[in-house]
Amino acid sequence: MSHNLPFEKPVVELQNKIDELKNFTQEKDINLESEIKHLEERLQDLESQVYDELSPWERVQIARHSERPTPLDYIDYLFTDFLELHGDRLYGDDEAIISGIARYKGRPVTVIGQQRGRNTKENIRRNFGSPHPEGYRKALRLMKQADKFGRPIICFIDTKGAFPGKAAEERGISEAIARNLVEMAALRVPTIAIVIGEGGSGGALGLGVCNHMYMLENATYSVISPEGAATILWNDASQAQQAAETMRITTPDLNAFGIIDGVIPEVRGGAHYNIEKQAAYIDQTLESSLNELLGFSSEELRNQRFEKYNQIGKIDM
Amino acid sequence: MLLSAIAHEGDRFCEKEVSILFKDLFSKKRKYATIPSERTQPTKMNDGVMTKCPNCKTIMYSRELKKYLSLCSECGHHFRMTADERIESTIDAGTFREMDVGLLSGNPLDFPEYEEKLTRDQEKTGLNEAVVTGEGKIDDYPVVLGVMDSRFRMGSMGTVVGEKISRAMLQAEKTNTPLILFSASGGARMQEGVLSLMQMAKTSVALERLNEAKIPFISIMTHPTTGGVSASFASLGDYNFAEPGALIGFAGRKVIEQTIREELPEDFQTAEFLLQHGQLDRVVHRSEMKATLVQILKIHGWSQEEGDKNESQSSI
Repeated sequence: MSHNLPFEKPVVELQNKIDELKNFTQEKDINLESEIKHLEERLQDLESQVYDELSPWERVQIARHSERPTPLDYIDYLFTDFLELHGDRLYGDDEAIISGIARYKGRPVTVIGQQRGRNTKENIRRNFGSPHPEGYRKALRLMKQADKFGRPIICFIDTKGAFPGKAAEERGISEAIARNLVEMAALRVPTIAIVIGEGGSGGALGLGVCNHMYMLENATYSVISPEGAATILWNDASQAQQAAETMRITTPDLNAFGIIDGVIPEVRGGAHYNIEKQAAYIDQTLESSLNELLGFSSEELRNQRFEKYNQIGKIDM
Repeated sequence: MLLSAIAHEGDRFCEKEVSILFKDLFSKKRKYATIPSERTQPTKMNDGVMTKCPNCKTIMYSRELKKYLSLCSECGHHFRMTADERIESTIDAGTFREMDVGLLSGNPLDFPEYEEKLTRDQEKTGLNEAVVTGEGKIDDYPVVLGVMDSRFRMGSMGTVVGEKISRAMLQAEKTNTPLILFSASGGARMQEGVLSLMQMAKTSVALERLNEAKIPFISIMTHPTTGGVSASFASLGDYNFAEPGALIGFAGRKVIEQTIREELPEDFQTAEFLLQHGQLDRVVHRSEMKATLVQILKIHGWSQEEGDKNESQSSI
């Protein structure tokens, strides 16, 4: 890994030391086996110390990791015959959202996701994964297509939020998101959403009204970014760390609130350490989720969505 | 504060208010205060007898202002209305029955100082939450009505607001009655975190039921309608109206300016701007609001009689 996070430093240092000793053993022909073994045991302890109980802020950092796998990375492992389809037929093609048709274990599906760039150049093209209205309208167009042809829809959520820009407002970003929420509620096909990175507010929800909703262990889902919350709360964006805890944006909290249907475990240290293995974890959940939903009639799917969202933050009276 | 409005009238406040005003005139601090931009300045409304129009600077009697739908007598500037004032000006006298009065917010995130803030706003506004919902009649046409009040936590949508609006939608569906919502909101309520965000989804699944039942929904965006409320039900009326000059948008002006590093036009995110960009059916002056609503209710053929008929049908 070329880019380690600050809290990983002790692990990385120890790992480097072990590697050094191993090299030394080979080059100088000195036996340091027991020494290395001892250090490797310590590394294991250290890893579980560092990674097993991640703080909300550490999870935020993992969720934002520049090498965190994106929808296009997972699509390679999860689906076959993926064909990307472009454009909202109204204004343009927003590359912050990718969408297309594919097969999942042989079954035709529609796949949609917010797509960050994997380098600076691509990030500029994809607007850092912050969609404009045409992104949401493209997504809706393909959802309706999926609905028409009875294809399940799988959405990958990973965005800091819908883009706060002049053009976005002019073309009705509010309406585009709002429209998706209601139209997604009405779909007659199974819909599954997986938050794979950052679930940033309304921009995330614009692909997120679904039958089943999952989050990767280190993903976040929030109404406002920790920086935004810190600015409002304490007038100081640098207190984001504190805000990340106050706002309850990590999987244990989302699970406790009954907002998600399950947490998909992550590779130790974060999905970016092993994309293939991570895709296999996602695959497991996706398969069982889809199998369950395929047993529902279209009316049951619609009702299930209604019940699911109607009970969130329910006040009994 | 942005949220201050004409809360108190009546003689016992007059003396105090006048003396404050008088003192303020000579206060040095005030004299040298810098005002960054007129648009970003909150509409200043005095709790006292007189009110100054932020647009044309005319000074009016607060009581007179209230009598005329909180419209400036000179320039027609739309002052904010409280939920009660809105209901009074929209619904036939004596016909409004409030629903879900007792729904109160908890503190699901254990957010620091949230309860105190709620209590303060409850005392200040006399409301339990940022929206009032109920059933009533407009020119004898039965409607389900929801009115948001920006004095309460900036009209933000938390679990109670989401629940009340969702219930209003379902009530409209159940009773086959048109739904009218006056929005005024800063967006999702931060203190209830992701639960607030999910209220956008909750109101949307309810609205979908309403759509399916083909019941008209008239959305009226009043100053301000932003963030999560703008990005959910408020933008999805069968009829989208707004009051003149109302601020309507998704992201905050400052955030956008910082993001695109460009100064935005003066009228950016106003009702007129939205109309120009095809996001609204009409900008409706407050003095014509009721007549416009009646016109739509008439076209849809919902009448007092029919409302009764529908009700008796559903009870059989």
